[in-house]
Order: sequence, then C-alpha cells, then structure tokens
Amino acid sequence: MDNKIDRRQFLKLTGLGGVVFASGLSGWAHAAKKSGQDEFYFVQLSDTHWGFNGPKVNPDAANTLKKAVAAVNALEQAPDFVVFTGDLTHTTDDPKLRRARMAEFRDIVSALKIKEVRFMPGEHDASLDRGEAYQEFFGKLNYTFDHKGVHFIVLDNVSDPGASIGEVQLAWLKQDLKQMRQDAPIVVLTHRPLFDLYPQWDWATRDGAAAIELLMPYKNVTVFYGHIHQEHHHQTGHIAHHAAQSLIFPLPVAGSVPKRAPLPWDPEQPYKGIGFRSVEADVKDAYYKIAERPMAKG
Amino acid sequence: MLHEVLRFWVHVALLVGVVAITASSAVMADEPVIQITAKKFEYSLRTLTLKKGVPVVLELTALDRVHGFNLPDFGVRTDVVPGKVTRIRFTPDKTGEFVFFCDVFCGEGHEEMSGVLTVTD
Repeated sequence: MDNKIDRRQFLKLTGLGGVVFASGLSGWAHAAKKSGQDEFYFVQLSDTHWGFNGPKVNPDAANTLKKAVAAVNALEQAPDFVVFTGDLTHTTDDPKLRRARMAEFRDIVSALKIKEVRFMPGEHDASLDRGEAYQEFFGKLNYTFDHKGVHFIVLDNVSDPGASIGEVQLAWLKQDLKQMRQDAPIVVLTHRPLFDLYPQWDWATRDGAAAIELLMPYKNVTVFYGHIHQEHHHQTGHIAHHAAQSLIFPLPVAGSVPKRAPLPWDPEQPYKGIGFRSVEADVKDAYYKIAERPMAKG
Repeated sequence: MLHEVLRFWVHVALLVGVVAITASSAVMADEPVIQITAKKFEYSLRTLTLKKGVPVVLELTALDRVHGFNLPDFGVRTDVVPGKVTRIRFTPDKTGEFVFFCDVFCGEGHEEMSGVLTVTD
C-alpha cells in the first residue's frame, strides 16, 4: 500500500489536540504547489526509558510504552516508518538487567504494525558499555538509510560516555556527505542536541559543532533528536533542529529551575507533557511539517 | 635563509615555552587550592564559594572510575581519573551561582552528580 497522503488528510490524522510546526526552507509559501507526490510521513518516538520506576513522576510507567505502540497502531494511516531517537531503556549498572530491559523493550515494540522501525541509542542505553548491549539487540550505533529521496543519517553521540561523536564517526559522516548533492534533502537523527542548547544541564554534544560544520554546506538539512524530554525548535544557520517529547516524563524548560529534574505527574492531567510526533516530509521542497501527538487525554 | 631558519626555531622555542606553562601542574605558593574528590555519584564538595577576581586551583581526583568535572559558565572541564590529580587553574570573573556537574556518564545516579559554585564580590 502506498502511504501518500494529502495535506488536509495529514492534518486530520495528526493535528487532533496537537501542535503543527512547519520546518524547511520553503515553508508554507510552496504549499499550493504540492502535487501529492514525493510525500511521506514518519513517526518519531523518543526517550521511552523502559525500566524506569518513579511513581511520583509516572505512576503508569509500566504501560506508557505499550500505550504509545497502541496509539501508533491506531493511526488512521500508517506511517512509512517509525524511529526511536534514543534512551529506549532506563540505565542500570547491572549488565544483565540492561539486557533484560532491552529484550522487554524489543518485545513490546514488536507489536508495532509498521514493520520498518529504526533505532538509535541514548546515553541510558549505551554510555556505560560503549553500546555493547545495544548493538546485540538493535544493531549499529550509526548508519544511514534512504527513503523516497531523503537521505537519513543516524549519528551516535552517546556511546562515548563523554558525549562526543568522535573523530572516526566524523570522518565517516564527512565521507558519507561527499556523495550527496548540495541540495539533497538530508535528515539527521540523533539523541543529544548537536548544538549547545543548555550545557549547564548537559544538553549538548561535546563535538556537535564539528558535525554541524560538516552539514552546513548542504542546503536542506533538518535534525530530529530527543534527550531533553520536551518539544524544542532551534536553528543553527539554515539547519533546523527539532527535539521531541519523551514517552516517560517531561523535563523543565532549560534554565527555568535550578535543577534539572523530571516534572511531577499531575493527577488532574495524566500524561501531561508526554507524547510523540508525526513528521510529514515533502521531499521536493525539503519541507517538514511536525505534529505533536500528546498522550494526555482531552 | 639563515635568518628565516633562526626565526623558525625562535618561534618553536616560544611555542614550547607556552605549552609548558599551560600544562604545568605546579601550584604557586600563594594560590588557594581546593581539593575535590569524585565518586559515584557525588563530589566531596557539593557547594563551593569563591571570590570574584581571585585565582584558584582545583585539585580533582576520582576514587572509583573516570568522572568528569564541567563548569560551563567558566569554560572549565576536565576528565577526573582515579590515581591522578588533575589541576585546574581559573579566575572567576563574574558573580552568581553556577552549576558544576559530571559530564562522563558514570551510572544510575549520574544525573544527580552535581554541585553549585557561588562566586561573591
């Protein structure tokens, strides 16, 4: 089945109670030109932290991931693929428990009806063993794939416990980009912000600037990431960076409180600040429309 | 030609000298030295108070595994390694409260491993 959808249909599917955010060089100005071709959409889920236990923060932690899977399966039109942008599991010092959590996570997400599911690690998954357990369950830490003309680059900025991409991977990125036209649509998927969002809370990648420098000559680059457990949009030059909500608990806005700590669960508004997103990609114009899909009811 | 060669070696000598000063682990006699140990998942000092404009040397070492010490508001960071004393010399140039934290993921309590530096006039 072809997953082409028109704009109105997409809004119907994804806009219920959510926020729609447009990103790309062309913006809405080109909306009238759309032919319905070269469009697809994917779903980004992030920071599921399977294994987390904190009733004051999320008393439904044992069910949140399952509910998210059910919500994705219930989408009227299936996305082309689903991507998890890291922190699939909550960290543990016990390597056996780490693997048990990864196995449980894998079992739960195997219920997704969408068969193309992409993964990448977060620091909770990979920083304590440099990604050893992660690779056993989910494969490579960094890789590329192409989908309907968009080149996706998965960058690992977590398997180094010091949050560096590293010279080897930067060389790999440089080599990969060499084959791309300068106007090619490129999407980078990663866990941590590549820019210094708020280094005081470790919301940065130590050598993220080097990756941005490599990407900068390319005109149509967009970054989707996680880590900060909230929606956030930022530009470094012409490159847009979009952080996703978490599927376990929200974190405060950067610098809004002295200490970075999960926001407490609000019984009056269960699941407030928790959700995932849909991303409609218009390949021709390298244009992305993001719709946040809160897990909260009402 | 001889002049150019001589100038090259003078530059090399100067460069080596600069590097030597920067990397020096020696502590000057009149500098305040603050010793901080790091272990899962805390520093021996959770709060630290310094005077603006007064140079200080932080002596850091780890007791169990590699940790980090990051004080981003002053551009200060280092790995903190067991069995090795790492010295950081810096001069606070602004007042206020500033967070320092471990930026080498060290385990289940890593995200709690932080402290607050207060700089006063």
